[in-house]
Amino acid sequence: MTTTNSPLLKVSGLKKYFPVGGGFLRKPHNFIHAVDDLNFEIPSGGSMGLVGESGCGKTTTGKLLVRLYEPTDGHILIQDEQGNLEDIAYRKGASMKAFRRRVQMIFQDPYESLNPRRTIYDTVAEPLAVQGIGNISEREERVATLLERVGLTPATSFMFRFPHELSGGQRQRIAIARALVVNPSFIVADEPTSMLDVSIRTGVMNLMMELAAEMNVSYLYITHDLAVARYMCDTIGVMYLGKIVEQAPTEELLHQPQHPYTRALISAVPIPDPRIKRQVIDIKGGISAPIDPPPHCRFYARCPLADETCRDRPHPPLQDKGNGHLVACYKV
Amino acid sequence: MNNTAHTTSSAPTSLWKMRLRLMRKSLKTGWDIFKENPVGMVGLVIIVFFALLAILHPILMATVWDPGTYDPITGYDFKTLIHPSPPSWLPQPDNPMYKPSFRHILGTDPLGRDVLSQLMYSTRSEFLLGVGAALVTVLIATTVGAVSAYYGGLIDILFMRMADVMMMLPFIAILIVLSSLFQFKMIHLAIVYGILAGFGGTTIVIKSQALTIKVKSYIEAARIAGGGDGHIIFTHLVPNLLPLSFLYMMFTVTGAIFSEAVLSFFGLLDIRMSWGLMIQTAQAAGYLLNSWKYWYLMFPAGLSITLLCAAFYLVGRAMDEVVNPRLRKR
Repeated sequence: MTTTNSPLLKVSGLKKYFPVGGGFLRKPHNFIHAVDDLNFEIPSGGSMGLVGESGCGKTTTGKLLVRLYEPTDGHILIQDEQGNLEDIAYRKGASMKAFRRRVQMIFQDPYESLNPRRTIYDTVAEPLAVQGIGNISEREERVATLLERVGLTPATSFMFRFPHELSGGQRQRIAIARALVVNPSFIVADEPTSMLDVSIRTGVMNLMMELAAEMNVSYLYITHDLAVARYMCDTIGVMYLGKIVEQAPTEELLHQPQHPYTRALISAVPIPDPRIKRQVIDIKGGISAPIDPPPHCRFYARCPLADETCRDRPHPPLQDKGNGHLVACYKV
Repeated sequence: MNNTAHTTSSAPTSLWKMRLRLMRKSLKTGWDIFKENPVGMVGLVIIVFFALLAILHPILMATVWDPGTYDPITGYDFKTLIHPSPPSWLPQPDNPMYKPSFRHILGTDPLGRDVLSQLMYSTRSEFLLGVGAALVTVLIATTVGAVSAYYGGLIDILFMRMADVMMMLPFIAILIVLSSLFQFKMIHLAIVYGILAGFGGTTIVIKSQALTIKVKSYIEAARIAGGGDGHIIFTHLVPNLLPLSFLYMMFTVTGAIFSEAVLSFFGLLDIRMSWGLMIQTAQAAGYLLNSWKYWYLMFPAGLSITLLCAAFYLVGRAMDEVVNPRLRKR
């Protein structure tokens, strides 16, 4: 699943800095480099996973792509209806509303992503209502079809219930229905299964994959669970402190991890067999807040391979090591 | 109904019916929680009692009570004048008022007007004042709180500093000055009190609640759906604030009724009759210092003020439990 000549989504030089310490009439003196110079592409119908530990900028990336945040710098190019790439990074107003039909998001916590005072019908039909698509009976029919499609049957018995009457898995199915109701071409899924019970996770993941194939939707799948990413994604990008440090097709990345951080991540996944002894790669310390990070490699402080080269040179660029395997490290 | 997923022909009507049914259901759930709280029920009974008094007054005036004698403002019992040697229940030469008797259940005031009639007549305007002030307060506080929490920044700073100033102001003193300058009627008092309370403490409480709702991901989902600021504030933020707003409505009623009593006790309101004015009449004629003897001049009005204020407060407390599940015992 390598990049074709016309990707659905192309991100280049994407940056998001959050000011810290500023206030009213006071200039902020520091910036959190939440997302720092991201470049990647997602082909039409493909799916990419973003993995990394908490605070590495995965969710910020997702929210930038759906334009909940305005980027500090960089471009987000996405295919419009005619198949041409257009930059939506700094878009506002009416053309922004049209873009909202093409990109949707599924949130992590199904208990917070549905308004407790609105019925399921209201929630799922909301994108249609604000976009002014169809009349009431058309919307009702569309909502009913989608609810049945995501496995909430019969739809009429769910439409006029409130979120608190449903289980976590059912709620997440409703969130999926809401994201799909406007026929988007791209969905950001922000850890959609991490709050769900293990027993229903696969059901929701399978549903997402089926619907993706059926409706030709691409995903950016944000997760910290490598097993989930492997199940769902064609490509995986590993993020560390706002940077993608390694990106490769899923199996390639899992079997030939090259960046020391990726290796450490993979070595931390437990193998359910007590006899297998595996080399554990130890990294020092914990993740730090990326407030005005020093100019050398972001992983320098924790890297087992780091030496003077890593300290004296800027953060390494992503280099192609063959097979679409991109690594940002001087040492591999 | 259950197995037809695509009943779209009669969709609009069935949608509205569904919504009405849901609303009834949620009201019933709220009532089930409310009625288990004895405090709230006591408050509700008192409020209903006063509401009945207010409704009964025009009926009594039209049927049983002669308007010339029992009118709360212009009435006068002429028996006082024509009786040569009055029996004990009629006013005596040294005491111009009726004591409570069957003819005047709560006696008359120093001007010969029936106290019960005054009490019942005033009830209606007290209700209107309380509810009016509460509506103004809640309208302002909910809008300002939601807008301030949603936009943050300069708007937030402006409204919050304004709320601080409002909270710092001594309400009664301000109202005394304003009403002496502008001759307040009941409606003016309702609006001014509503504004003072609405921009003050209530806004801060509502804003803090709005801040906890603003960060929920359904707000982000609404924005991703393409909803503008107005859509998000009025379909997501405000409906989730309304229970709290309603609760603060109850507390505002208490404050408004109380400040009315104070103002009309000072004779600063341009109104014909109110509970505060009844006490003021007694005080102006010099009877307030002997309240045990002339209890019917002071206690009916005083108790009414206390009871109705307390009743709205109690209902508010009980509703707090309906609105805020953490306070429930179960």
